[in-house]
Amino acid sequence: MSLLDAENVTRFYGEFEPCGDCVDLTGPTHGRNQCPDCGTVVGCADVDLDVERGEVLGIVGESGSGKSSLAEMLALDLAATAGNVEFASYDGNLLDANYEERVDLRNTNVGMVHQHVRDGLNLEFTGGGNVAESLLAAGWRNFDEIRARVRDLFEETEVPVDRMDDPTDTYSGGMQRRVQIAKAIANDPELVILDEPTTGLDVSVQARVLDMFRRIQREQDVATIVVSHDLGVVRLLADRTVVMRHGRVIESGLTDRVMEDPQREYTQTLINSVI
Amino acid sequence: MTDQTQMHETSPTTEATDNEQQESATTPTGVSDLLSESGAGMAGYNYAYLDEHTKREVRRGVLKAISLPGHQVPFASREMPLARGWGTGGIQASLSLLGPADTFKVIDQGSDESVNAANIRRLAKTTADVETTTDTTEASVIQTRHRIPEEVLTDEQILVLQVPTTDALRRVDGSDDANRRRHAHKNYSKMWVALYENVVKWDEIQISARYPAMVNGRYLMDPSPIPRWDTTKLNDADSLFLFAAGREARIYAVPPHTDVEPLAFEDRSFQVERFDESCHRCGSTDTYLTEVTGDDGVTRYACNDASFCEKRAEHPDLSKDHHLDEDDVAWGPETPDPILSDETGGEDA
Amino acid sequence: MTILEIDQLRKEFQMHVVGGKRVVGLDGVSFDVADGEFLAIVGESGSGKSSLLKCLYRTYLPSGGAIRFESTDGSVDLASCSERRLLELRDDEIGYASQFLDEIPRVPALDVVARPLVEEGVERPAARDVARDLLTALNLPEELHDAYPATFSGGERQRVNLARAIAPRPRLLLLDEPTSALDPETKAAAIDLLDRYLTEETTVVGVFHNRDVVAQVADRVVVLDDAALQRVVDVETYAEETSSEIDLAESEVGV
Repeated sequence: MSLLDAENVTRFYGEFEPCGDCVDLTGPTHGRNQCPDCGTVVGCADVDLDVERGEVLGIVGESGSGKSSLAEMLALDLAATAGNVEFASYDGNLLDANYEERVDLRNTNVGMVHQHVRDGLNLEFTGGGNVAESLLAAGWRNFDEIRARVRDLFEETEVPVDRMDDPTDTYSGGMQRRVQIAKAIANDPELVILDEPTTGLDVSVQARVLDMFRRIQREQDVATIVVSHDLGVVRLLADRTVVMRHGRVIESGLTDRVMEDPQREYTQTLINSVI
Repeated sequence: MTDQTQMHETSPTTEATDNEQQESATTPTGVSDLLSESGAGMAGYNYAYLDEHTKREVRRGVLKAISLPGHQVPFASREMPLARGWGTGGIQASLSLLGPADTFKVIDQGSDESVNAANIRRLAKTTADVETTTDTTEASVIQTRHRIPEEVLTDEQILVLQVPTTDALRRVDGSDDANRRRHAHKNYSKMWVALYENVVKWDEIQISARYPAMVNGRYLMDPSPIPRWDTTKLNDADSLFLFAAGREARIYAVPPHTDVEPLAFEDRSFQVERFDESCHRCGSTDTYLTEVTGDDGVTRYACNDASFCEKRAEHPDLSKDHHLDEDDVAWGPETPDPILSDETGGEDA
Repeated sequence: MTILEIDQLRKEFQMHVVGGKRVVGLDGVSFDVADGEFLAIVGESGSGKSSLLKCLYRTYLPSGGAIRFESTDGSVDLASCSERRLLELRDDEIGYASQFLDEIPRVPALDVVARPLVEEGVERPAARDVARDLLTALNLPEELHDAYPATFSGGERQRVNLARAIAPRPRLLLLDEPTSALDPETKAAAIDLLDRYLTEETTVVGVFHNRDVVAQVADRVVVLDDAALQRVVDVETYAEETSSEIDLAESEVGV
């Protein structure tokens, strides 16, 4: 069995009662994601995907393609409208997990690296405190062990250890991203979700963060879903890639195959648009 | 309403004033009439000052709080004849519990004699017709601010603690909404991070009062501003502890024999205050001491629990469980203090 | 023993951007590769050499035919097996060196080369030692070992790329013009290294432009012409056939 097996994942947005035809009336064939009848926005619909242990899955698409909605649902941050997700560490449909189960899963099984640092870190805490929070939430109660683990994680993610007791808002953007990664992997999760891992970072820093993450990913064999509009990021990290548009998966395959032999018209345009 | 206002404006000071006023007036014109021994000034007031609906509301809150140890239960806190923050929650809880057979004691930071403590005691005496006392062992209901008595409380006693800040999590997050959600899901990792950072900074947890404690393994509780010294007395006690906050309109409770565990790391354990001195009045070395500066400008250490200090001054060997049938009842920090003796030894060496 | 059996391999590209135009990249190509063999693929530009290699690695999705690979776990059709199976094979048995280095920018050359070994479980210092030996054998100046390949010349990058591909000694190694940007001296060093470092355990299928290189490294030669297989010959025959054409061809192309 796969680590994560998602079927028919769907998310609607909007204040109106969905008319029932929203999915049929939206998507790439219609060139829109808002239902013309009832105004419901179909964030994503009928998405199937699966991730094996140790595998990296890329999700690419433009803004509004539904990739972030999908990532947030899989990261247990967003309620789904419909769908079934089997996850190795959870009995039943992951999308139906209650708040407490979600908190538990996020503490120990699914690590999330947010695009916006404030969603992932408490900037008033020290960097070390932010990483320690993951351990404390998982029940670590020995201070010296926590310190040692935080120090290891700082080294692992290449954050200067002598900064671990400084407030996180004194860190550079690259360091904050690393601290998020350290926090996400602190409890050896089975799955890490990276949402736009390089957005907002200097180009030189982007490369080092990606390289650091790829090293950790391979060494620890942690399954990863990386969401990005940047094809370069996905190309460097992902084994397999799904391409999304108007809330649907329109193409999927081995990353190099998607990049070099795109089958669908949109994917060909997307690949050819890279500067 | 006018009567209450008057009562607030002219708070009683001496018995002498009371008597004068009582002679010259037939209808209440001031607080002195209300406080008359005859009770004539009490006309129109309900027993124990609060109306029955209010008392019922508070008692319901108390029962719910006892059912959910450590959980903050909201209640319809009333305006009281003194400013909020002066013990209005405690007064409402006490007056809702008191009956004519009760004996009431009020402590303000260890002292029975502060103006506020005396006034609260007198309010209860006048309106609820209870006996009052300063002796901890004689009281059935004790209202207190910032302390738990040194003498062991029994299963026939209720301690009502005045609470200025109800939520331990407010130290780490100002949002009560977010904090309520945390309590609902027993999500205390943010508090733990604060403790972690405390240890990083000081190499130990530096929280002097209001030390956060887990109640019954479920709710994190602010035990009110009692010193760390008193925190362990909450654990597995014979007595009932009620915590009442008038301003925040919350009641919570630690029922008898409930686990109360101060948050700490395995390798950075909870520490109580340690004193190298003894009380300059009674000589105690096993009580919570505070610095007092005398008229001569000299600073000395003295017992904070004044009524027990008085007893000790007469009987220096009086134990904290002297009034009980059993001996060596666990009550707060161990006595004699092994760490204190160790430390003293260390300093000598 | 045959390690690879290519049967009626077909690759067609549909160019949506230019009105759905279909371009045939490979038109029913069939040949076998023997275990331990060094097979060179030659042909004019556009004859389908790279397409063939990319179909073998599944970077291109074959449109028809079969590619039977004798993996250590039995026979598998690389044209149709699951993506997961293919990823496993890439991890364990099949290596590929593209013409261009495709790497995360800020990684030192030594670590780029060592990475496949580290991912196989070799300790980092040992992997870096192997990497250093390989780069040294390819005449990459020592001072570049710890520099970022992004700053390198085309030839230097190609050496890093080649070293990385051969480092783990895969069972099947696919090389796409691995020496095209190298000067003659380095080219000779590269050929020498392929010969020396790779054992009989490694089967190589490589696209080459240079006839001399083919003559030196290959056992057999597959000649492609206009998306179709023209012939498969052993290297001696190929060398003899082409030696007479060389002067003519080179004067035409101006190599």
